[in-house]
Amino acid sequence: MSNEIEAIKDPGLPAHVHRRADTDPKAAKKAERQVAILFILSALGTVTMIGSYIFIPQDVFIFFPVLGNTNAHQLFLGLGMAASLFFIGMGAIHWAKTLMPDEEVVIQRHEFRSPDEDREDFVATAKAGAAAAGLGRRSLIKRSLGLSLGLAGLSPLILLRDLGPLPKDELSKTSWKAGTRLVTDPGDRPIRAEDLEVGAVAQTLPEITKGAERALSDIGKDAVLLIRLRPEEFNLDAERLSWTHEGIIAFSKICSHMGCAVALYEQQTKHLLCPCHQSTFDVTRAAKVIFGPAARPLPQLAITVDSEGYLVAKQPFTEPVGPSFWERSS
Amino acid sequence: MKRLSRFRRHRAVAPLLLVLALLSIGTTFSVAGAATSTPITAAEKSALIDEGKQLFLKGCSSCHGLNAEGGGIAPSLIGVGAASVDFQVATGRMPMADMSTQAMRKKPVYNEKQVEALAAYVASLAPGPEVPGESQLNYERDGSAAQGGELFRTNCAMCHNFAGQGGALTQGKYAPTLMGVEARHIYEAMITGPQSMPVFSDKTITPAEKLSIIKWIKAAEAEPQLGGAALGRVGPVTEGLLVWTLGLGLLVGVAVWLAMKAR
Amino acid sequence: MTARERIAGSVANYVDERTGAAAWMKKNLNKVFPDHWSFLLGEIALYSFVILLLSGTFLTFWFDPSQREVIYDGGYQPLSGLKMSAAYASTLHISFEVRGGLLMRQIHHWAALIFMAAIVVHLMRVYFTGAFRKPREFNWIIGVGLLTLGIVEGFLGYSLPDDLLSGTGIRIAEAIIQALPLVGSYLAFFAFGGAFPGEAFIPRIYTVHVLLLPGAFLALITVHLMLVWYQKHTQYPGPGRTEKNVVGYPLLPVYMAKAGGFFFIVFGVTAFLGAVASINPIWLYGPYTPGQISAGSQPDWYMGWLDGLVRMSPPLETHAFGHTISWNILIPGLIVPGILFTGMALYPFIESWMTGDKREHHLLDRPRNAPNRTALGVMSLTFMLVALINGGNDIIATTFHLTINQIMWFSRIAIFVLPPLSFMITKRLCLSLQRADRDLVLHGRETGRLVMMPHGEFVEVHEPISPEKAWLLTQHEQNPALALDENDSRGVRRPGTLKNKLRARLSRAHAVAVPKVTAEDLKEIEHH
Repeated sequence: MSNEIEAIKDPGLPAHVHRRADTDPKAAKKAERQVAILFILSALGTVTMIGSYIFIPQDVFIFFPVLGNTNAHQLFLGLGMAASLFFIGMGAIHWAKTLMPDEEVVIQRHEFRSPDEDREDFVATAKAGAAAAGLGRRSLIKRSLGLSLGLAGLSPLILLRDLGPLPKDELSKTSWKAGTRLVTDPGDRPIRAEDLEVGAVAQTLPEITKGAERALSDIGKDAVLLIRLRPEEFNLDAERLSWTHEGIIAFSKICSHMGCAVALYEQQTKHLLCPCHQSTFDVTRAAKVIFGPAARPLPQLAITVDSEGYLVAKQPFTEPVGPSFWERSS
Repeated sequence: MKRLSRFRRHRAVAPLLLVLALLSIGTTFSVAGAATSTPITAAEKSALIDEGKQLFLKGCSSCHGLNAEGGGIAPSLIGVGAASVDFQVATGRMPMADMSTQAMRKKPVYNEKQVEALAAYVASLAPGPEVPGESQLNYERDGSAAQGGELFRTNCAMCHNFAGQGGALTQGKYAPTLMGVEARHIYEAMITGPQSMPVFSDKTITPAEKLSIIKWIKAAEAEPQLGGAALGRVGPVTEGLLVWTLGLGLLVGVAVWLAMKAR
Repeated sequence: MTARERIAGSVANYVDERTGAAAWMKKNLNKVFPDHWSFLLGEIALYSFVILLLSGTFLTFWFDPSQREVIYDGGYQPLSGLKMSAAYASTLHISFEVRGGLLMRQIHHWAALIFMAAIVVHLMRVYFTGAFRKPREFNWIIGVGLLTLGIVEGFLGYSLPDDLLSGTGIRIAEAIIQALPLVGSYLAFFAFGGAFPGEAFIPRIYTVHVLLLPGAFLALITVHLMLVWYQKHTQYPGPGRTEKNVVGYPLLPVYMAKAGGFFFIVFGVTAFLGAVASINPIWLYGPYTPGQISAGSQPDWYMGWLDGLVRMSPPLETHAFGHTISWNILIPGLIVPGILFTGMALYPFIESWMTGDKREHHLLDRPRNAPNRTALGVMSLTFMLVALINGGNDIIATTFHLTINQIMWFSRIAIFVLPPLSFMITKRLCLSLQRADRDLVLHGRETGRLVMMPHGEFVEVHEPISPEKAWLLTQHEQNPALALDENDSRGVRRPGTLKNKLRARLSRAHAVAVPKVTAEDLKEIEHH
């Protein structure tokens, strides 16, 4: 310490102040009673809990201010349990504070550093051990051991290989093909163009054969949002305009940022908002990102109508849907 | 009286009262419904339209134009239909109090009869969605809560939140809470698409499905607290807030008491 | 000797003859623990962990960690007949059919939130008092490890019920894995057993959640506590307290009773929350399907800052040579948290490098006496807070009639502006407090009593403070900055000049202080 200047002196541990319970037997008796009361409150809590478990049916509700109309079984079971635990704690602490010795004790710390001779002995032993094993001299053994340990350590990685299949082109594929009908989600009903008024939206999925089941992993890629605008409201290039049908435009509902369902459509502003990270897409400009962290527009699905007048995909998605990944080319 | 009060805490009282309340509401509605569903004559109708026109000229035309053709600050009302008028005016959204981001639900300015007249006038300008009648809105009978829940989560929850509590949209707009909204108005909102809300066509969500959605919303609204205080039903944000205030507050409070020297 | 004593004696004898425990116990039973409320924050975390083990075990008896599709036929009407995973259906079963099941679920979840909050406040206590300094650096690193594992464990835990909210969280986690350059899509397919969401993920994270990570927690917590035990607890400065001693209460009986009692308090408070406040009402969220979402989808609070960072990230993505790198995910989701947590883990070493202080410290610092450290801590907390606020921007927007765009832009700017600003303000504040301490020691406490001097001037009477208080305010060390000359003693330029310059600068910044009162100062005052 660089204390050339004289510091103020440490006055030392202040004298112990006795509690009332230490000197006054009456106070001690009172404290004892208080502790006992706390423990009895805990016992009452347990009784409440057991009683609630057995006697309060699960479908009874009672009104409590702040909580509202609350399930009585759950509430009293919990309150009983809380009281039974809480008051044991209160009792124990109150006991410790008022009746157990409260004189502070001073103990000395020890040094963590081992004594010098121990340290020297240790180094000598370690060195002798290494020398006896010949680790320093026998480099062939050392290297081959390193190789074998390294390889053995890698082997669990091999065993994890069958956790899942290789992605192949799974991330780039969806179920949409040319001519696939768009059907309502839920309901699975095909949709005609005239079913949608201007300003209407519809949540859709690709049609599946009757009786077939959709896997969630398919919904996770196939979900599509249909929106109908006035055709003159679009601000699209010729190709993208040809992907729409009478003002109906279709986008992948899976956010291009992190894959949440983007379906908050604001009819007046023609904006789509993702509730997860607030990326905002402009529907009139092919879902161009106008706010938030998403870096790419939502993929647009080219649609048209089939011979029966139902809306169908004109072609599959031309880019992978959902969040980005390393192998994605654009 | 004393005899009665003894039963006040009886287990069957709450359901009984509920049934009674429902019955009385049902009767009121059927009486009211009977009153309005009597076919009105052409003369009565034109009188209603006339009254609506007068109300419109006084209260709405400054923004929506003398012939409801719309203006710089308000859209045209030609073809929006009676349902739209009923939704906007009967929920107090119109007339707008201030030209802020979005019209909000408030105490309606016009009474039921006036709303009907306004709706009749606007409906007379061009055909549009009509106000659904009572018989069309029997969601208790025609809806399924479970199916409605599924539809709600696919079509509504993204804006109105998983329990219909409402949520934020862009630039200060918001999806309002659905709690305490009349079934008729929920239905009208779905078919007319007021303000930011898109239209949900009858072909993509059938009228029966719309009733299921309403039934689910009403079930969510009536659902008692199954696990204690609901904390606004907005998810983990309020839960986190409670843990840092009440939870940690209680524990640190006890810790301070624990470490305090007894006197 | 009573019969009871005889029995106890023979049991003790039996054990000691086989283990020699008496000698060890004798040495350890008179351990001394300093008493201060802030030393109990870590205990809250420890006890919450025990509560999590107990309540979690209860939940495993009914929970079915499977993504197999089932049709719900349980008691909750608004979901009846819907398709859902067995995991979700069994969570509904625990909530509505198992008596006390919902209570246990809520206790488990509240305990998890308290666990994480307690870890954070405990970390703050350790940081701001400098308790991480030699010889406690290992324990600091273990603590940072526990915090990190806690975040992962919590996330996996609330993902298990497979409801709409947690499924959305998993979706986002999958997007982060998928965004990793080179290996991302492979890792995602391995983790999920195919395309998201697949049917493998929940069973897998279940094993991790109930076996792997709790095992890791147990091991780390054990080492953490053994080190505390062996190194003895730090203590706050005060009269009679030195670097060489520990002043406090003996383990038996006072500390044992208090610590044991506090466990029940923590359990009781958690049960109280579980009884009165609903948490994670999964029946309202509905079962997960990727086509659905709820407004205001947020993670639990300890992940909220991460979500907030992701939300405020600019839309950056690189497309080159047929490959994509999502900076908008990697920077907020992995790089920034990685830097923050690594920096936090290494901080004890960074500080000791800056100050050149390699000595042991058992007396805690008053935060004001380490202005640089305190300011850095407040700066980090400000960063986290801004990120956390942005993580709930939609809820805040609807509650306070703001727009999400405003809050987002506020956060984007504030995350750069507010942390440095809070650093400067905190540092100033610390120095002002030091100055106030100095004035207090020199001139005593203001009594509020006014006295009129003979010449008519009013003067407030100052009362000298007690020697104990004076000692508390002056006991701290004030070390000068490191002297790092560019040239060594022989006038040769040292290598690594830039590094040394940086170190000297940081050291100077760290040594800024208002000179504390010395005995001479006091003498001088007395003479006046």
